[in-house]
Amino acid sequence: MVTVSDHGFETEGLAKRFGKVTALDGVSLAVPRGQVLGLLGPNGAGKTTVIRVLATLLRPDSGRASVAGFDVARRPGQVRRRIALSGQHTSVDEELTGLANLVMIGRLLDLPRAQALRRAAELLARFGLEDAAKRPVAGYSGGMRRRLDLAASMVGHPEVVFLDEPSVGLDPGKRDELWQMIRGLSADGVTVLLTTQYLEEADALADAITVIDQGRVIASGTPADLKREVGGHTIAVRLNDPADTDVAAGILAKVAGRTPERSTRHELVVPVAGDEDFFEITARLREHRIGVSELSLRLPSLDEVFLTLTGAPTSAANDTDKPTKAA
Amino acid sequence: MTAIEQPRTRPLAWLRHSLVLARRSLAKTTRNPGPIINGVVTPALFMVLFLYLFGGSVAGSTADYLRYLFPGILVMGAGLAGMVSTGTNINLDLKNGVTDRFRSLPISRLAPLLGSVLADLVRYLLAVAILFAIGALFGFRVHGGLAAALAAAGLAIGFGFCLSWVTVFVGVLVKSADSVLAISFISFLPLQLGTSLAAPVETLPGWLRTWAEINPVTHVMNACRALLNGTPVGGTVTTTLIWCAALFVVFCPLAIHAYSRQQ
Repeated sequence: MVTVSDHGFETEGLAKRFGKVTALDGVSLAVPRGQVLGLLGPNGAGKTTVIRVLATLLRPDSGRASVAGFDVARRPGQVRRRIALSGQHTSVDEELTGLANLVMIGRLLDLPRAQALRRAAELLARFGLEDAAKRPVAGYSGGMRRRLDLAASMVGHPEVVFLDEPSVGLDPGKRDELWQMIRGLSADGVTVLLTTQYLEEADALADAITVIDQGRVIASGTPADLKREVGGHTIAVRLNDPADTDVAAGILAKVAGRTPERSTRHELVVPVAGDEDFFEITARLREHRIGVSELSLRLPSLDEVFLTLTGAPTSAANDTDKPTKAA
Repeated sequence: MTAIEQPRTRPLAWLRHSLVLARRSLAKTTRNPGPIINGVVTPALFMVLFLYLFGGSVAGSTADYLRYLFPGILVMGAGLAGMVSTGTNINLDLKNGVTDRFRSLPISRLAPLLGSVLADLVRYLLAVAILFAIGALFGFRVHGGLAAALAAAGLAIGFGFCLSWVTVFVGVLVKSADSVLAISFISFLPLQLGTSLAAPVETLPGWLRTWAEINPVTHVMNACRALLNGTPVGGTVTTTLIWCAALFVVFCPLAIHAYSRQQ
């Protein structure tokens, strides 16, 4: 019996309490097949709980969830055949080699030995781990472990992949590498649920973003929708010579279409539509030979998003502001 | 999208998956043999220590004392192998997310637990074989015949296996692998040493004698001693089997229940 569904996964009114703590308070999500949903929220917002319910690891108190058309509570076996989970901690075995880790997953998925080996080799190549295939994972770097973990998720050709804060602990270069690989998954038609604390990451990878806080959905839409709602990029310029302030302010006002704010320490800040404006401003500053000591294009931080959406700072206000594409 | 290699459900899938996971557990032991070495070295050290400390005074000669001492050391080895491995391994897997991955796969929820316990059986065999070799090196000879030796090894391993379910239960419940080890270590002393290991219980002071007579490990040691030395077993084997069954019947379901409920 095959249930046909256009959704990679969906949830309706999920609720879950752990003792006195409300982890989920009516979360509804729906993601078309082959799309990437970014689930954005601070620590303790309920992101991991959503993933655990969808991955059949946790029963919700109420509400329902289905993956690839199968109800997670009633048909967990069918769901498990179609999903892969990559948790917050990389769950590969330190003592085993990269190859052995992947072969083991293949064997657990009932692939014959030769086929499990072939699939493992294929994935090691795809995730750039060929050279490390026969080394124990204990000697892998953080980025390599993440890639192996992702490769382990892909052994069974899953239709839906859950990635719980995949870039935690990676430096920016390694993170970009991982992003490439996640984009590769969705290009193959896999539906992806990605949780993150960073708007930047959701923006880079997701077709749609849902923002949750304290177990509730507080906003959802495409990254563009969300940015329109909370304000898009901001350019900040700090000048070498304070005497240039007026000229520079004029340039910014002309390109961005509104008057920049003058903060202290000779910094000018103005919201812009996107990176086109950024390049235009850099070019014009150069034309006028205005020297800058700092120049950045940044997305609103998660805190700023929350401030705009809820009028209150994040419940876990420990998310530091992260500058994005520094020029 | 259709899966290219659609997994089929075949009979005995749970057993096959458990075996794959048992191999994983053994491969980990090969790379990180610390616990198994510990499981062999500790009893071997106790053997050497007791042999030369008490050999003369308790039995008159070290050769005679070895005959008394070795069967208990064997039981200690099997018990220790079970106390240190599965409980800690299960705990580690639960805490670092490995179990989550396994549970999101289309395999039996119990396969990781069964796999680890199956791998333990191999570890017991290894520990017991190595201890027999060490015993032989010091001059221990089996006097009860091959069948009796196998029976003694079987009893020691069987008891280790049944006792390990207690550790599995603890391993599922407590927060960290370190606590599992600490609990195992604290219980090791009264459980393994408060027995007839070094001297017959009749020679122990009152309170210790009472404990040693209750302690199931004493009965296992007495049974193995009688079997290996070719002396009458009396009721020791029956008592051992009853204890094994009791531990298994109580703690195996408890451990499995706790493990399945773990979220």
